[in-house]
Amino acid sequence: MITRFLWQGMGPGLRLFTLLVLAVGILLPLANQLLPPTSPFHVPAWVLQLIGKYLCYALLALAVDLVWGFCGILSLGHGAFFALGGYCMGMYLMRQIGSRGVYGNPLLPDFMVFLNYKQLPWFWHGFDQFWFAAIMILLVPSVLAFALGWFAFRSRVTGVYLSIITQAMTFALMLAFFRNDMGLGGNNGMTDFKEILGFPVQADGTRAALCFASAVALALGLVISAAIVGSRFGKALTAVRDAESRMRFLGYRVEGFKLFVFVLSAAMSGVAGALYVPQVGIINPSEFAPGNSIEAVLWVAVGGRGTLIGPVIGAFLVNFGKTWLTGALPEFWLFALGALFIVVTLLLPKGIMGLWGQIRDRSQARKAQGSKSGAEKARVPA
Amino acid sequence: MRSTSALLYLSGVTVSFDGFKALNNLSLLVEPGEMRAIIGPNGAGKTTMMDVITGKTRPDEGEVVFDGKSDLTKLDEADIATLGIGRKFQKPTVFETHTVRDNLLLALSGIRSWYKLLLAAPTKAEKDRLDEILTIIRMTDQQHMLAARLSHGQKQWLEIGMLLAQDPKLLLVDEPVAGMTDVETETTAQVLREINRSHSVVVVEHDMSFVRALGVKVTVLHEGSMLAEGTLDQVSADPRVVEVYLGR
Repeated sequence: MITRFLWQGMGPGLRLFTLLVLAVGILLPLANQLLPPTSPFHVPAWVLQLIGKYLCYALLALAVDLVWGFCGILSLGHGAFFALGGYCMGMYLMRQIGSRGVYGNPLLPDFMVFLNYKQLPWFWHGFDQFWFAAIMILLVPSVLAFALGWFAFRSRVTGVYLSIITQAMTFALMLAFFRNDMGLGGNNGMTDFKEILGFPVQADGTRAALCFASAVALALGLVISAAIVGSRFGKALTAVRDAESRMRFLGYRVEGFKLFVFVLSAAMSGVAGALYVPQVGIINPSEFAPGNSIEAVLWVAVGGRGTLIGPVIGAFLVNFGKTWLTGALPEFWLFALGALFIVVTLLLPKGIMGLWGQIRDRSQARKAQGSKSGAEKARVPA
Repeated sequence: MRSTSALLYLSGVTVSFDGFKALNNLSLLVEPGEMRAIIGPNGAGKTTMMDVITGKTRPDEGEVVFDGKSDLTKLDEADIATLGIGRKFQKPTVFETHTVRDNLLLALSGIRSWYKLLLAAPTKAEKDRLDEILTIIRMTDQQHMLAARLSHGQKQWLEIGMLLAQDPKLLLVDEPVAGMTDVETETTAQVLREINRSHSVVVVEHDMSFVRALGVKVTVLHEGSMLAEGTLDQVSADPRVVEVYLGR
């Protein structure tokens, strides 16, 4: 039953794409680990790190698309769920440092010693265990999403008002996490990680494994999303997106549908954030910045809202462009981002995934016109 | 709450928006199996009455009882729909990004909870029922077409099919013939009479010739209250009704 559930949404295109994601996640780390650095096919560790990062962004984009593309909830605060997952992972990684920190305190992370903490704050307990951190990575974003969604959806807050609330949420969290009193590293956040699950974070082998894990997480996200979207629940979900009040008059309790995808999407974002942090080696409150959440929405818009492949493609393309442009012409990145927003909205309402349909429609229209004028010409001599 | 044999019982219902009384001490009885036409000039409170019955608007005062036992003022839209009250809007609202068949599947009475829908596969009985409805609304050939590509008339038919799929005890129909030609109006009256054989129906309408074609008891609303009730000929002869329709 579960297998049937998981396969029901997988069309041939999506199956191929999921395999492609997995292939990238397997072949790149293998090419790094097995081939000698002299080989032309050797993949350097920085490429693994970059691709691993993009894979996490892609998972975040998929999560945004699940609520925005399929349920019509435009969340401008998904970066908060991503950052919370990241902080949970960061807390685990901080506890792994142990007495190897600058101050050599076996229990307290460096920033706590520096801020004169005498004992570990209560919410840091348990984070020395990976399993506990793993549960928190799923639980913390889910609980926040549940609380926010519960009140917002029951009060029927929709559209731009909901977007503003989510944006305010991530901004409020950013301000809160900037405070040293939060006990989460203040504006410096957490860094100088040493080990994850006993393996050195900086080592090539660990990078390869993290890149692989990110690909697996993304593939899993695609399979789960496809199963949900392809089920009868998914049909009801898109119906809620298109005509919410009609669904109510048909007897559907719309809040339940929205809350479920919102919480699931938050958990997916949390996983993405947790995989992101060991790969970039730092987590700080700027991850909560409203701009991050808006950028994630842009990835979805570029790739194609309401498709499952689109957000992944969008996340890769935009971030590739960002990596390249911030290296080549750093001062132009924000202008490029703004221009992209305008271009996509005006010319690509359905994103890259909709481009094929747009081209096909246009060529069909031209053909229809051509054959019509052709027929008129043919009639003239007669 | 009073017990009553009526299918729908409204008593002393008042709704005000910022001091303006959209409904003012409105009372109405609809018997099981009845078809009732509600007429009245613009702003008489017809749509507000529909909103109150379907749970979209809460009345400030008054009782709304369905089937002799359910207090509709305490329930929300989803509960009321599940009890067996269907609503057809003036503008056909179908789910445009779904196929005709999926539109009917969504409307089909049965599973409504989100967690059951995650694993639900259409049963044989459901498939048969969908095929049956598709035959009734004559859309078997278009069943895999997206609803967005249907013509206006086809959307109206699809929405009627969705109401059949929902199988409500009481059907509320809001201005069904707005923007229709005379022939279409006549056909719609026939369809409603057919539906009325197995369902109770409340029709809100402006169009007098349509109401005449229905040939049922008429309630005239004016400024949120009932002005007159009876056959169309009776109410048309009522001087107060004439005053309301022609006096201004």
